[in-house]
Amino acid sequence: MNTSSTTDIPPLPPHDRSAVSGKAVRPGDRIFLGLSRGSGIALLAIMAAIAVFLTYRSVLAISGDKANFFTTLDWNATGTDPKFGIAVLAFGTLVSSLIAMLIAVPVAVGIALFISHYAPRKLSSPLGYVIDLLAAVPSIIYGLWGALFLVPHLSGLYSWLDDYLGWTGIFSYSGGAARSLFTVGILLAIMILPIVTSVSREVFLQVPKMHEEAALALGATRWEVIRMSVLPFGRSGIISASMLGLGRALGETMAVATVLSPSFLINTSLLDPGGGTFAQNIASKFSEADQFGQDALIASGLVLFVITLLVNGAARLIIARRKEYSGAAA
Amino acid sequence: MSLMTDRRAVSDGGSPLPVSLKQPRLPRWTPPVFALVAAGAGYGIGQAAGLDSTVQCALIAGAVFVLGTFALAAGVEGARQAKDRLATSLVWLAFLIAVVPLASLLWETVARGTKVLDGYFLSHSMGTTPDALPGGGIYHAIIGTLEQVGLATLIAAPLGLLTAIYLVEYGRGKLARVVTFFVDVMTGIPSIVAGLFILSVWILILGFGPSGFAGAMALAILMMPVVVRSTEEMLKLVPNELREASLALGVPKWRTILKVVLPTSIGGITTGVMLAIARITGETAPVLLLVWGAKTINNNPFQDAQQSLPLYVFQQWQQGSDASYDRAWAAALVLIAFVMILNLVARGIARWKAPKTGR
Repeated sequence: MNTSSTTDIPPLPPHDRSAVSGKAVRPGDRIFLGLSRGSGIALLAIMAAIAVFLTYRSVLAISGDKANFFTTLDWNATGTDPKFGIAVLAFGTLVSSLIAMLIAVPVAVGIALFISHYAPRKLSSPLGYVIDLLAAVPSIIYGLWGALFLVPHLSGLYSWLDDYLGWTGIFSYSGGAARSLFTVGILLAIMILPIVTSVSREVFLQVPKMHEEAALALGATRWEVIRMSVLPFGRSGIISASMLGLGRALGETMAVATVLSPSFLINTSLLDPGGGTFAQNIASKFSEADQFGQDALIASGLVLFVITLLVNGAARLIIARRKEYSGAAA
Repeated sequence: MSLMTDRRAVSDGGSPLPVSLKQPRLPRWTPPVFALVAAGAGYGIGQAAGLDSTVQCALIAGAVFVLGTFALAAGVEGARQAKDRLATSLVWLAFLIAVVPLASLLWETVARGTKVLDGYFLSHSMGTTPDALPGGGIYHAIIGTLEQVGLATLIAAPLGLLTAIYLVEYGRGKLARVVTFFVDVMTGIPSIVAGLFILSVWILILGFGPSGFAGAMALAILMMPVVVRSTEEMLKLVPNELREASLALGVPKWRTILKVVLPTSIGGITTGVMLAIARITGETAPVLLLVWGAKTINNNPFQDAQQSLPLYVFQQWQQGSDASYDRAWAAALVLIAFVMILNLVARGIARWKAPKTGR
């Protein structure tokens, strides 16, 4: 760019020519390549070590489990007769993440559209900025807010839901603090909103202006422009953004640990307290676990690890298939 | 429908148009005025039905607004415009629905956090202060967080930077593809799983006790992929002409990278590292498993349990007394301020040092 800086370098002395020609590798180059390739390999080694050591400890735990690891509705990993299983945790994790997705994805797409297409132009870029900042709020703060502010404010809404939808069985509510899977779902939805929004927004901003202008020129309303040019272009971006959000919701620990009042029962009534998630169970059972108990928790962590790997892998595949949406690769 | 046929009949006749070609539109002030009406209706219905929650009233008002605008527009402007208005009001509603909890989160943290936040709180540890009584502070937690995050950065930033350099400057072939894939996979590791990994190796197998360093290793695992990703993006932005010019002058490749590529992209790389630091500062789960938390000051991150800000928030919340809630909020405010400042500074650097790529 700046030509003056290149003229500062003196021309090569003649005896150095041999080093430039041919494939002579300078020691500096070799060391640098070794270092950088070594870090890449170190990264792979860490991933491999995670898989190996978690599996190793899990095998220790599962072989000592006196009950079926996948179907038992209990977590008792101490004493001579340990019986524990992940059925409740799997149910709770999936249900709360599913609720979070059902709430967060439509709203996040709405906000992303609002920022990219509806908000006054002057407002849209500060709004995007604020959303990015909110994505950085630590999860423990969501947890604190959820436990001390959200939970007390939800019981009114829950009794209302119970009055009108209680007959479904899913929305029956028997009073008390709203420390239920549904509350967890709402809190997780609020938590993943910023990240899903910010990824979707970036994709929406990449929609070719020509597509939108062509639709406008044909007399389309704003909604028709969005339906015909923005959403089709952004579909895979929305999907991968939701998957990234799902990955976060599945692995979220502290926000769930503060809000949920756990129990080892599968309760079809989502508004009543009870249930648990993988990460929450690890955090709340850890302090009282002995070495075998920790192994048992590691085994449940391995299941969580595999689930999040599958979800994230799927998201990455979708992104990779449509490489041009580089904005979605956040 | 009748409007359309009328118009066609008129234009076929060739006479001057008696009706305007423009479709009837609702005046521009309709949505805000109708929003007020809907808010009133929501409040009125809520009062009439004896609902005690403002959330319910707001939900009713939202439903009234969305359906009302749709019906009004369908009547006056036609189906397509009505659909457009429906989408517009839904998008606005989505925005408002999201703003309420997020604004409330920030507001609650600031309002409740400032109660006990003062110089004493920042410069003292919990020490022997009973959990149920006011007093005590977060000095030990700040020390712990700074040391753990600093150590994690010392591990993760060089590794991440070099990996990114490998991927962009050297990476061709299978190894680079595999590394790229696993960086992506690594970004998705839940923080608690990183904690469990270090727990299984460092504490269960190697037999070390809890320490700030153990937590830092788990944090480094979480930080590394973020650094790799952002550095990679920044290195890719460096124009190839710069590299070629340097190489053509006979500068070795490693010097080209150190003296040309890195200085050009240093702003973006700094931003990426700072954003990664901001991300791991708020991580609680691995710290809970590996550092355990302490009530007193421990300046040595390699020996014994330490405290950290997010863990302090969690443990104070667990105590469940009013005084500890106050401390939890105050520590949360400090944490949020720290993360936000890091973010703002990082983004400032990005804007200030952005490479001029002519895009």
